[in-house]
Amino acid sequence: MPDDRELLDTNSSTRMLGNRIPGTAATDEAVLDMQQHEPVDPNGEPLKKRPFGFLFWFAIGFVGVVLFSAILANVLPLQNPNFGNYSALNQSPSGSHLLGTDDLGRDLLARLVFGARVSLIVGFLGVTIGLVFGGTAGLISGYRGGRLDIALNAGSFIILAFPAIVAVIAIVTFWGASLFHITIILGVATIPLMYRVIRASSLSFAQRDFVIAAKTMGATDTRIVLREILPNVIPVTVTFSLITVAGLIVIEGTLAFLGLSVALPTPSWGNLINEGTANGALSSNPYIMLWPAMAMFLLLWSINLIGDRLRQRFDIREGLL
Amino acid sequence: MAKYLIRRFLQLLVVSFVISVLVFMLVHLLPGDPTTQILGANDTAANRAILLKQLGLNLPLWHQYTIWLNAAFHGNLGTSYLNHESVTHILATGAPVSIELILLSQILAFAVAIPLALVVSRKPNRALDNISTTTTFGLLALPPFVVAPILVAVFAVGLGWFPATGYVPFNQSPATNLHDMVLPAVAITAGSIAVYFRLLRSDLISTLQQDFITMARSKGLSNRRIMWRHAFRPSSFSLLAAAGINIGSLIAGTFVVEALFAMPGIGYALVQAVEQRDYLVVQGISLVVAIAFVVIQFIIDFIFTIVDPRVVRE
Repeated sequence: MPDDRELLDTNSSTRMLGNRIPGTAATDEAVLDMQQHEPVDPNGEPLKKRPFGFLFWFAIGFVGVVLFSAILANVLPLQNPNFGNYSALNQSPSGSHLLGTDDLGRDLLARLVFGARVSLIVGFLGVTIGLVFGGTAGLISGYRGGRLDIALNAGSFIILAFPAIVAVIAIVTFWGASLFHITIILGVATIPLMYRVIRASSLSFAQRDFVIAAKTMGATDTRIVLREILPNVIPVTVTFSLITVAGLIVIEGTLAFLGLSVALPTPSWGNLINEGTANGALSSNPYIMLWPAMAMFLLLWSINLIGDRLRQRFDIREGLL
Repeated sequence: MAKYLIRRFLQLLVVSFVISVLVFMLVHLLPGDPTTQILGANDTAANRAILLKQLGLNLPLWHQYTIWLNAAFHGNLGTSYLNHESVTHILATGAPVSIELILLSQILAFAVAIPLALVVSRKPNRALDNISTTTTFGLLALPPFVVAPILVAVFAVGLGWFPATGYVPFNQSPATNLHDMVLPAVAITAGSIAVYFRLLRSDLISTLQQDFITMARSKGLSNRRIMWRHAFRPSSFSLLAAAGINIGSLIAGTFVVEALFAMPGIGYALVQAVEQRDYLVVQGISLVVAIAFVVIQFIIDFIFTIVDPRVVRE
């Protein structure tokens, strides 16, 4: 929960500075300054944007491959992920089964690729739900303030005080585990998170000079929110959304590992890892567990890395997220 | 300060109330008749009526809630309809296991993260700093359900250093207990180490640039004293807060390792209850764990007001 960390930030002026986003300018002078020439650091050297580096592009590439193969899984030349070939049980990686087979003779590569769908759908769709509802509410509530803001803010605190995993497990037990249910539950759980982060960002821009200027020129509230505030809030939103996608993938994986997510035989990375640890599979065929574990690690690492590099590029303080 | 604490306490009450209502409503979320869910579809109508009365489901909702809450306050959270154990008993036997796991993992996390951050922050961007920053960034991508199976495969199945499953209570045999605890505790520590190290490192680096550190240096204080007394102390507050924020993911972590290592903790009981559709047990455990979580957050906030009175002004 990032909100609690704000409490630590006793020095609010440094927070404001840290929150400054290049190109939007904290003061009028800086606006003029930036219009005329490149940003300059105190030593007079022009500040070059730090390159993203090889790892960043590797991470983008990996996420791209996972997304691409998960979307096109039906078209790709993969074997049926649920077909058990009983003459090829527990095989090591080979030409006919690139990653080997499990104890029922199912192709591990096919199960891995189809399993990615669950993680990705829950992660990205869940965050989208959070963004649409929480983001919109945060944008408006941060800009308008007033009673609505106070009520929504207090409400978000109450919901965030819940330990997410317990709530999710309890609801899944009573509502039934399906991809649809889990996406909805995790999406709803994301709403207060998104609300808090975007509200804080929206609030910090609502009193800026360029917003006041727009108001003086007679711009409508809708226009100010969409044209002045929204573009400035986007960097924080993108960065935070990525971190949240990773968070949701972890929660879904935890549920799946505990057997509380999408039911078998539909593969998901979490339940594949679980299958790989059950019935002595760790000693008889560690590959069943190894591939999804590696894929999960690489995916989370990549998403975290992309989020972190974007955060550095946008110059957002770590504590804010 | 009193005002702040009162406000936080009121918030605690509101949150607990909301939690209790939501957890109570869970049973009513069941599609259709809860008796069908509990007794199965083939039971007699007479049995159904008895259960309905037993559960008090024939009363109006608010009345059911007050009865349930009153019973909960008296330590009666219902009994498992499978083995007729009381939920309170399940919680009482499971809690020591889960709490020990969390405490061990946190001791381990602090023991690794604090010294490492203290060493590294004095000379940032050197080799050691880069290695530990990169490694801990990797640890962030290793949730317990990924680490734990790998640890078991390597250290239990492969090398045979630790048991793959099992649990002995601490008071029966402390040595065996700790030995059994190593892999589960390490599995849920990975994320904590990363969070604490990264937070402390960046805090320390900015603290070390402050004037009072230069002052301490010019007074000729030893490096150790500067690092621990002057630099670490102000940064330790954020560590405390991070630990509080971290509890949510630690709870999730104990669920995973207890299930994998077959340790009789609260998480293990919860997951089993879910699998067996033992609704009252799920309800009771969810209630207690959620309230415990909120109370711990409150206690941490309370400690905060003592060690760092500045928070109150925010």
